[in-house]
Amino acid sequence: MSSETQKILTTDGVPLEVSLKKAEKRNKIKAFLLVAPLLLFLLITYIFPIADMFTRSIDDRMVTNMLPKTFKSMEKWDGKELPSEEIFRSFYEDYKVLAEKKEHGKLGQRLNKEKNGFNSILKRLFRKIKRNNFDESIDIKEQITEIHRHFSNVDYWRAIKRTAPPYTMNKYLKGMDMFLDEDGKIAQVDEDRRIHRILWLRTLEIALFVTIFCFLMGYPIAHLLATLPMKYSNLLMICVLLPFWTSLLVRTASWMILLQQQGLVNDFFVMIGLVSDDNRPEMMYNKVGTYVAMTQILLPFMVLPLYSVMKTISPSLMRAGKSLGGTPFTAFWKIYFPLTIPGIGAGCLLVFILAIGYYITPALVGGASGTLISNQIAYHMKTTLDWSFASAMGLMLLTGVLVVYWIYNKLVGVDNIKLG
Amino acid sequence: MSKNPEFVKFDKVDKSYDGKVLVVKDLQLDIAEGEFITMLGPSGSGKTTCLMMLAGFETPTNGEILLDGNIISNIPPHKRGIGMVFQNYALFPHMTVYENLAFPLRVRKFEKDEIDKKVDKALSMVSLNGFESRMPAQLSGGQQQRVAVARALVFDPSVVLMDEPLGALDKNLRESMQYEIKHIHESIGVTVVYVTHDQSEALTMSNRIAVFNDGKVQQLSNPAELYEKPVNSFVAEFIGENNTFNGEVADISGDKCKVKLSNAEILANPISVKLKGDKTTVSLRPERALIEPNEKMDNMFSGKIEEVIYHGDHTRVRINLLENPEFILKVPNSTSNLELKVDQEIKIGWNSSDARALDPK
Repeated sequence: MSSETQKILTTDGVPLEVSLKKAEKRNKIKAFLLVAPLLLFLLITYIFPIADMFTRSIDDRMVTNMLPKTFKSMEKWDGKELPSEEIFRSFYEDYKVLAEKKEHGKLGQRLNKEKNGFNSILKRLFRKIKRNNFDESIDIKEQITEIHRHFSNVDYWRAIKRTAPPYTMNKYLKGMDMFLDEDGKIAQVDEDRRIHRILWLRTLEIALFVTIFCFLMGYPIAHLLATLPMKYSNLLMICVLLPFWTSLLVRTASWMILLQQQGLVNDFFVMIGLVSDDNRPEMMYNKVGTYVAMTQILLPFMVLPLYSVMKTISPSLMRAGKSLGGTPFTAFWKIYFPLTIPGIGAGCLLVFILAIGYYITPALVGGASGTLISNQIAYHMKTTLDWSFASAMGLMLLTGVLVVYWIYNKLVGVDNIKLG
Repeated sequence: MSKNPEFVKFDKVDKSYDGKVLVVKDLQLDIAEGEFITMLGPSGSGKTTCLMMLAGFETPTNGEILLDGNIISNIPPHKRGIGMVFQNYALFPHMTVYENLAFPLRVRKFEKDEIDKKVDKALSMVSLNGFESRMPAQLSGGQQQRVAVARALVFDPSVVLMDEPLGALDKNLRESMQYEIKHIHESIGVTVVYVTHDQSEALTMSNRIAVFNDGKVQQLSNPAELYEKPVNSFVAEFIGENNTFNGEVADISGDKCKVKLSNAEILANPISVKLKGDKTTVSLRPERALIEPNEKMDNMFSGKIEEVIYHGDHTRVRINLLENPEFILKVPNSTSNLELKVDQEIKIGWNSSDARALDPK
């Protein structure tokens, strides 16, 4: 017997190994070409916008581009004493260019955000330049500090230096009601002006409660769906899916009809004597409205993953649990419930993530106390046109979702998710 | 210790799901303590329904079920203390083998070390020691089966129900598991009620077999009697192979009767025929008919060989005999083998006591 392994050849003399690899490679290319359109689509509609959003949110090149010489000469300045003549001169030169291009106003506004009063002293500088009151052959530093005493205040120069980096985290800090103070340290805004943090917490709270409500209502429905005979379960399934097929706007509008103070639900409460006619509770334009409408709208996202998991659980498992001596509750809690955890995980994750970024429903029925962070983002995109701030908050939301996903992965394990 | 012959008693039990059709009709069945009884029948014959009623998952429409003298119809399943092995094992997929076995003990509030002891004992009974920490999905079908058996026995139930537990296994494994379950039953003496549609399984394992058809027990007896002395043509047909002749009783006297076929008359053993003129189906086991018999037999006919099929240990011969083209003979492959060829005319004989004249089909 020969122990030597012979190279297996195909009929045309090529080693089998080589031609197998070739065929495999061809298959791989084919497979890639099949997914290429989707990949391209994702790249264009998903990766690029996110990247663009990110650059937009941290972009702070405006000042950097306006004062190129100043920042170059400031590189070595330690910020403790008043800058040298060289820095004053390059600032003067940069500003002169801006003044000629009539772009000095923007710089004033931007620097005023860093340090109050900047705009007015810059306007004085502008007037002096306009009147050609500068003698460039002698000490510029002296001539500038003469304009206003603030120019000899080192804090103002530090404010300029702070705007030097082309990128800034300011928008993110603003999103968390914080800012960089004059020493470059992170500080909190005054308590009565902290609006974003309230919105973040409210968003988390509403998303959490909507998830809990969806779970409490969806679990029995899904169980019923999975255990009823086919003809009933199909009907019930349609009932679950029917709102799913209706436009979100229509559904939200119908909730408005139902929940308003003169609406059907209030009429019903008055009719059965639960509340008096002149004391109808407000169920819309507050959190109640947001809870009710969002729970109804997101319910299918909870029911469907739960249903698909419950469908796979053999009824004989519960029987086995009972025949082995477990009470119906023990059998449910020790056997059925643990087996539905993948569905619970998927449903809760889905509902929570959708709820955290929900927009239309809270915008329409939420009122002032029921709006969420995404309404704030929309406000900045449409009304204040502060797109970089909107981008920053959008990215913070995205990060939040990723963190939730990460925590979920640590707790339950993403492999355990079953969407269908 | 005397065994209770009516340990489990079905007393005139009826069951109907829709109020129109009775799936179990007037069932009267006593199961002795420590007995291995099999409910055998085609699908839809009511055998699984009986098992489910005993387990408590279905309630009888009429009649009572008694366990050790107590009526259990109103006791929920988890209080009956009956172990059950399900068709697809129904192991809890999220629990290890140990946890699966410990489940019935934990719900009964056993101490930890006692649980350990009992689980260990149950696992050694099915020779699966060392598998405690495996998940069910990591076990082969046969191993899962054994875990299911161990789990049904671990809390020392007085009765264990098995609902076609071997149905999903391949043939060889099924056979070895049959012996294993039989040996476990013999060694611990628990009462087993076993449901299957596989007659060879039933014959191998049981003390007694209840043949179900159409919601009724057709015959309840030990395997040998069931095979050798079927009381009606359904049982004769269902258990083992069977050659039949349909005819009419021409004469009846004592333990013999003459049955008139369309073109001949044969002698048979009257079982369920009483009178001359009764229609009957005569049943004869293939191995009871001999080719060219040496001794004298009271039925002797000749037929033409239609087909010869080699089966290893024996040869099946299909013969056209007395206008029955489906007459089967089994010829053992011994050294003195006969030369059998298609179209050959051969003589076939059998004793009238082996030909049972049963109810007409």
